[in-house]
Amino acid sequence: MRRLVSGIVGLAALLAGCATTNQDNSSRLNLIKNRNELICGVSGKIPGFSFLKSDGSYQGLDVDICKAFAAAFIGDSEKIQYRPLTAAERFTAIKTGEIDLLSRNTTFTLSRDSSGGNGLTFAPVVFHDGQGLMVKKESKISSLKDLANKSICVGSGTTTEQNINDAFESASLPYTPIKYQDLNQVVAGYLQGRCSAMTSDRSQLAAARSGFKNPKEHIILDDVLSKEPLAPASDGQDQKLADAMRWVVFSLISAEEQGITKSNIYEKVELAKNNTQLKPLRRFLGIDGGLGEKIGLSNDFVVKVISSTGNYGEIYERHLGKNSEVPIPRGQNELYNKGGVHISPPFN
Amino acid sequence: MKINQKLFFQLGIVILFFGLIGILINNLTINLIRTGLGINFSWLFKPASFALAEHPLPYSSSDSYAWALFIGWLNSLQVIVSSLLLATFLGILVGFARTGKNSLLGIISAGYITIIRQTPLLLQLMFWYFVGFLGLKDNVLIHIKDIFIISNQGIELSGFKLSSEFSALLLGLSIFTSAYIAEVIRGGILSVPRGQWEAYRSLGLSERKGLISIIIPQALPAIIPGLTSQYLNLAKNSTLAIAVGYSDIYAINDTIINQTGRAIECFLILLTSFLLLNLLISNSMEIINRIIINSRKYN
Repeated sequence: MRRLVSGIVGLAALLAGCATTNQDNSSRLNLIKNRNELICGVSGKIPGFSFLKSDGSYQGLDVDICKAFAAAFIGDSEKIQYRPLTAAERFTAIKTGEIDLLSRNTTFTLSRDSSGGNGLTFAPVVFHDGQGLMVKKESKISSLKDLANKSICVGSGTTTEQNINDAFESASLPYTPIKYQDLNQVVAGYLQGRCSAMTSDRSQLAAARSGFKNPKEHIILDDVLSKEPLAPASDGQDQKLADAMRWVVFSLISAEEQGITKSNIYEKVELAKNNTQLKPLRRFLGIDGGLGEKIGLSNDFVVKVISSTGNYGEIYERHLGKNSEVPIPRGQNELYNKGGVHISPPFN
Repeated sequence: MKINQKLFFQLGIVILFFGLIGILINNLTINLIRTGLGINFSWLFKPASFALAEHPLPYSSSDSYAWALFIGWLNSLQVIVSSLLLATFLGILVGFARTGKNSLLGIISAGYITIIRQTPLLLQLMFWYFVGFLGLKDNVLIHIKDIFIISNQGIELSGFKLSSEFSALLLGLSIFTSAYIAEVIRGGILSVPRGQWEAYRSLGLSERKGLISIIIPQALPAIIPGLTSQYLNLAKNSTLAIAVGYSDIYAINDTIINQTGRAIECFLILLTSFLLLNLLISNSMEIINRIIINSRKYN
């Protein structure tokens, strides 16, 4: 009895110890500016999206989105502290304030976006993905049906886990999920032959395959199991930060629509300054309209962003383009006027 | 006067302690409300919508989160109890080999203990799983007439199947803990005064009889407390199952936290279930200990 009581008291003390006395109600955006550093949650394990290079720097599309935020919020795209997080840790890290925002190939879903669910808010989608399956060529598996009664390696704590279940259940096919905590283990389990297939977002499958000894011996099946719109996220109660993030992402897309790039941004600024009739461009670059102030940023935040990371298309080319280490055809991720789905609302 | 002073101090400390806990709990509640994470357990009864590779009782993805957690707890219990038995068995073997007269056995068991105790458990688990079982690829290690098969799909004993995840975890936990148990047993045996050995030999008892009826009963009171803490460690270490893809309660919690965002509630459930499990282990060991001490008194 005494032991039980002391155990319960200890438990209570431990739990209470987890709480912090942070009752600051102002926006996280002010905190970031005062700190002069952005704390950005990333994965750190996915080539092309966020990956730790041998020189100790993080690189990838998700990382460049962090850089765009830092450039817009504090005017310096290098003042970032990256926090590598597992799929299971990421949302708690936002809610407890350990990180300012998440840029970690996270699927935008209703449950995650809602106050009754994970209580987050999502910025616009930065990469449209879909879940796929990868199998060994020699296995002769060509569709979902061939995988009945087989083991499938899957990362736990992701939408992936739910989607694979939905897919097999709706086709009334039995299967065995072998769940690992991170993608490297999923890959190891698959390569070692524990599973007949591994499943993840198609971009991640392509990224993983690029690191295999014989990438050509593995094929990604044509079945696309889900829509996986990947987007940055922040705390759902912080409207101000969410607004700023939303328009930073749109500025990347809008810049591509207007042909504004890292190399011509200052020419465009000069052009806009000298030509008062170029109203939309002047507003976009912060010469007129005071749009930046409305979202708690400086009026020329777009100039800061584009001059440090380039537009969306440039970021994509750098990390996922033809000449990158993880080439993924742009497909859905093209602009709306080129057959894709990316579009920016007007900067008015 | 002196008694009053003592009482006053004790009372003061008690008030201070509970006051502190009160402040912390209050703080936690305020922060939970502030971040919109107010404690709520109604999600437990919604469908889990994920599948599990191993379930000792019937389970489908349309069952509730609560049932999924219970299955996870059973999976944990399964691996804990079986590793506990195997670790004790191995530990006794190695412990006796280490203290025995045979110097070759002594050196081998000392080497075993050194290697196992000086490498991290996580590494050992990964080794047993990725190198040990999955390293077999499509080659089968042992295949005796379909009765006993070891392959990368696990261990199969005349139709009774253990998955490679369970087998790796069982092996890893048992071997790791057995090295510690062996040392506890060696310590217990060495704590019996040298004269006791001489005593039973001079009485003409055989080595085996002497060990069983003279040495072991005296060594047990020194062994049991050490054994208890090894068992508790084993139970807690079983949460490393997540590293080798076994669906224990911790791994299932991980998935549920991600789906529901209810981290605090999930950790509360996890903490409570381990607290209960470990209280059960330590109290049973306490009872065993008391029985042994009492039996010695009346002999």
